[in-house]
Amino acid sequence: MSRVRQVDVLIVGAGPAGLAAAARLATARVPRVEVMDRESQAGGVPRHCAHGGYGTWRHPLTGPEYARLLVGAAERAGAVVRTHVTALDWAGPLALHTVGPGGPETIEARAVVLATGARERPRSARLVPGTRPAGVYTTGELQQAVHLYGQRVGARAVVVGAENVSYAAAATVRAAGAAVVAMVTDLPRPQTTIARAADARLGQGIPLLTDTTVTELLGHGRLSGVRVRHHDGRTAVLPCDTVVFTGDFVPEHELARRGGLTLDTGTRGPVVDGSLHTSRPGVFAVGSVLHAVESAATAAREGAHAAGAVLEALAGAEPPDGVPLLVEPPLRWIAPNRVTPADRGLPYVLRTTVPLNRSLLHVVQDGRTLHRQVLLRALPNRTLTLAARWTHRVDPKGGPVAVQITSR
Amino acid sequence: MGAGVVGSAIARALAHHPNLRIALLEAQDDIGQGSSKANTAILHTGFDATPGTLEARLVREGAHLLAEYATATGIPVEPVGALLVAWNEDQLAALPRLAEKAERNDCPGTSLIGPEGLYAREPHLGPGALGALHVPGESIICPWTTNLAYATQAVRNGVDLHLNTQVRTVGRHHDHHVLDTSRGPLRTRWLVNAAGLHADTLDRALGHDDFTVTPRRGQLLVFDKFARDLVHHILLPVPTALGKGVLVAPTVYGNVLLGPTAEDLDDKRATLSTAEGLRALRDQGRRILPALLDEEVTAVYAGLRAATEHEDYRITAHPEQAYVTVGGIRSTGLTASLAIAAYVTDLLADSGLDPGPAADLDPVRMPNLGEAFPRPYQRPELIAADPEYGTVVCHCERVTRGEIRDALTATIPPAGLDGLRRRTRARAGRCQGFHCGAAVRKLFEEVPR
Repeated sequence: MSRVRQVDVLIVGAGPAGLAAAARLATARVPRVEVMDRESQAGGVPRHCAHGGYGTWRHPLTGPEYARLLVGAAERAGAVVRTHVTALDWAGPLALHTVGPGGPETIEARAVVLATGARERPRSARLVPGTRPAGVYTTGELQQAVHLYGQRVGARAVVVGAENVSYAAAATVRAAGAAVVAMVTDLPRPQTTIARAADARLGQGIPLLTDTTVTELLGHGRLSGVRVRHHDGRTAVLPCDTVVFTGDFVPEHELARRGGLTLDTGTRGPVVDGSLHTSRPGVFAVGSVLHAVESAATAAREGAHAAGAVLEALAGAEPPDGVPLLVEPPLRWIAPNRVTPADRGLPYVLRTTVPLNRSLLHVVQDGRTLHRQVLLRALPNRTLTLAARWTHRVDPKGGPVAVQITSR
Repeated sequence: MGAGVVGSAIARALAHHPNLRIALLEAQDDIGQGSSKANTAILHTGFDATPGTLEARLVREGAHLLAEYATATGIPVEPVGALLVAWNEDQLAALPRLAEKAERNDCPGTSLIGPEGLYAREPHLGPGALGALHVPGESIICPWTTNLAYATQAVRNGVDLHLNTQVRTVGRHHDHHVLDTSRGPLRTRWLVNAAGLHADTLDRALGHDDFTVTPRRGQLLVFDKFARDLVHHILLPVPTALGKGVLVAPTVYGNVLLGPTAEDLDDKRATLSTAEGLRALRDQGRRILPALLDEEVTAVYAGLRAATEHEDYRITAHPEQAYVTVGGIRSTGLTASLAIAAYVTDLLADSGLDPGPAADLDPVRMPNLGEAFPRPYQRPELIAADPEYGTVVCHCERVTRGEIRDALTATIPPAGLDGLRRRTRARAGRCQGFHCGAAVRKLFEEVPR
């Protein structure tokens, strides 16, 4: 039998979302706040993002600096951060089986916060055919290899994707002393800032192949090249010994799913309302498990935001009722994806499948427009936000709320 | 020649005889790198073999031998049983004949079940199935551990394993074969050709024109562990004139397999997946188990079966040459491996090899990769004795640092990360290394060699 231990709040995942929730809860004098992470170091994805872009405008930080800051803040506030502890499965509605070097343990909590993050879909899940050579990475593996372990990658890399994470991957390839042969996206344009795309293409001489798909990996033993096909039918082989599949994030929803929490079909993460309650009372979800990729700042904001609802739950509050929040094509998903009239403050993040120019976002319930918002420009794989200032108009007894796009 | 599952089994069988000096040659850098590593991982009953063939006999015998061996060595096996699902009237009409054939192949206990019983057993099956033949004896097994157990036991009992040793030419000098290999000449009195896809090439080099290997490619999709609850049996199609068709089967690692395709090729290195192949598999999978297609794909692989123009195995002794060919061992080779080994040992003895006295082999105990049995992270007593077994490195597959360390220092250590994956499942899970790839590579690279 494993040991049983009680805490007040158990947070699974010591990334920005989990750590921010822990810091806020511990600051609010919740006595036993525990964050567990299966990695050997706390901090989540920023640990291996050696680039800047974290922190604030006045205090810019690199990923590792930001990770250390969050861990320090949580610990100083009084939260316990444990690493090398894996959550295996649920032991009850608010209890988890865990294992670590110290053996198995069952941890019972009064509230559980899932902050389990996301991963990029690997080559296999993207069904890219070909041989199975070495030299195939996701950005996550690449960044850890280069920035955490100082490992060598190949000499010539193709980066699949042209969104922000893809440009970060290209920078990591270059930091490892290798060349980026090309970046490839099946979309008609890069999905990053104009400046960043121009710097890679013109400043660093990295060709960007748009409307182009990787159709086959070549090589026995080590990758020797990738075959690509342009939408117009032209094909080519790009000789390379490394390929990085970037983007296409999916939530690490194993615990959520094992626990039978309701999942959103769009994000594939747990369904949450604007206070980040999941379908199970006392269980909350924050960060990338909700929307598979957003900035660390967004994840941390959600962690801190959820702390408020966790405190209410600890005080005995019932989770509010709500209605589903859905998107209609060409929108892909929205998070949070349930709405109650009390939801305030946390903006919704959503994604589009196609570029949008000068459109209108309509929020509609039962044929009634709740909100209208002008949308100047939106690109696939880039953050699109919807302010939450219309939620008080939602009828909690009405039908689902839908977010629609109309061109102006 | 050939350290696949068949060659390793033969080496292990011969290792019972301490007077024999045995070399096991492998062209690649690890055992089981050819057909043995990429199959459907099923321990067959042989219910549908052609009665009277050598294959039917060796599969039947081998199934019992391997089931016993698996229990003794800790190779994960799950006797889930198979359902041959009939999707149309013709297939339904064929089932009684298959039941009869199973009887003739000494595979008792099969039963015909109607649509209600079928959907009760497999509620996620796609609509339109008319019935099925239940074959209770079919099991799923770990092919990698099996091959590794044979080779490990052979090596521990005196067999010399020569990896990276490609045989270039075979000559004869007095009463010896002289092999010119990539690592120098090797002289042997007796020669066993278990070279799988290349068995025909070697056989020709020795002057025989008995068969031609036409590699038959099988592409397979491995679905996420979340798919495991969707299927309880090995779901087989009813064999038709067009071939055996694709199956949906659980794996002992807790995943679900969909495949294989059957493509006759002429390139023995063409272990690549294709867009058409994957599309065809998904189309067929959607009909068999619609919900399967909503799950993530964890891995895609392709293997080549050593198909020949003959219906049966091509196992032939050439006593005058002190040579035995073990060719045309197709998808049933894993199941039959121990029986093939016993059969080949007898052939060698009949051909004049004096094996000397026989001794028992030191038993081996293999690390468990099967989800139906306790894995190290689930064993408190093991973690208490060595906390490395509680230190999870590969999160998706819950592989601990202790297991990786053990594999890297084992009798036959892996030559690379793929070999490590087959021994521990590290990097074999849904993230394919996103979380753990770099950490696992570090552990692999820091082992002194």
